[in-house]
Amino acid sequence: MPEVLVAECPECGAEIEVTDVIEGEIIECPDCGVELEVRSLNPFVLELAPQEEEDWGE
Amino acid sequence: MKVGVLCSRIRVEEKLLFQKMEERGISFERIDDRKVIFDFHSDGWTQYDVVLERCINHSRALYSLRILDDRGIPTVNTFEVADTCGNKLLTTSALVRAGVPTPKTFIAYTPESALEAIERMGYPVVLKPAVGSWGRLLSKINDRDAAEAVLEHKKILGTYHHSIFYIQEYIHKPQRDIRAFVVGDETIGAIYRTSPHWITNTARGGKASNCPVTPELNDLCVRAARAVGGGVIAIDVLEDPDRGFLVNEVNYTMEFRNSIEPTGVDIPGRIIDFVVRVAKEGWAAANGWKDTAEMTA
Repeated sequence: MPEVLVAECPECGAEIEVTDVIEGEIIECPDCGVELEVRSLNPFVLELAPQEEEDWGE
Repeated sequence: MKVGVLCSRIRVEEKLLFQKMEERGISFERIDDRKVIFDFHSDGWTQYDVVLERCINHSRALYSLRILDDRGIPTVNTFEVADTCGNKLLTTSALVRAGVPTPKTFIAYTPESALEAIERMGYPVVLKPAVGSWGRLLSKINDRDAAEAVLEHKKILGTYHHSIFYIQEYIHKPQRDIRAFVVGDETIGAIYRTSPHWITNTARGGKASNCPVTPELNDLCVRAARAVGGGVIAIDVLEDPDRGFLVNEVNYTMEFRNSIEPTGVDIPGRIIDFVVRVAKEGWAAANGWKDTAEMTA
């Protein structure tokens, strides 16, 4: 059974459960839809993902 | 073999690339560009046989690649490719120099000369920031009133970059464009991006479907790739009703999550194969360039 990681959405407070994520990955809060970044796995920390900047892209 | 991967946020693409390296038993290390500190006078980074650039910021990719290239660390892609592809003005210049068909493009530096250029080209035209991606700040200008307004806004509201007016003819394409993926000297796959909106980026809802890589499309994309310095790049091609294929722009940190399924091509796998080849044989050989003379042609 893959480990289930739990954290609170910093935007809306919803409880978010995820498995199989890596550090730096972007996920969306299932409740409010805000983009979150997995800042660390142990402890499991989610932060608002940085906003798109002028020179972002491919 | 040790690969350094310069990145920050991890997109689907980065995860797929990591998986491919794990599958192939290639050891790699992530380098977060939010933490990296370059010391010009240290001999760091030599522990990597090659560095794969996957930054989301063009500026961070560009300067990191310059530092690493100047230090003799093999990178994918090179500074030259990032510099040329990251700026549409430089891309167009390189494509035209190599005789690769592109849409008519004018450059002007003041609202007055830009308006004159737009009037000369004839409406509608498309204004684009030279540095930008994902369809950001593209303006389709249908008449003089709109031209005057957008030019003034760009002059006043933007940094000096926005006063380099990149003016391109509007191509009457069939509600789609083509995104072709080139690795070295081969177009490994392509998709159509279909959208009712004139901006077709999948990042903006364009739908992906397979596009057959005909000999003509392959040749055009390989020529475009060589014109901008080769490597692993995604080429945006427009189908003009009269002139046929026109290369619109080239992307050097390509996104491909929506393209693996329709093309059936293991794009991340092909990228990693190329990265390993660059480490073992060097840039020119990995690109299939017979001799370095060809590299500067």
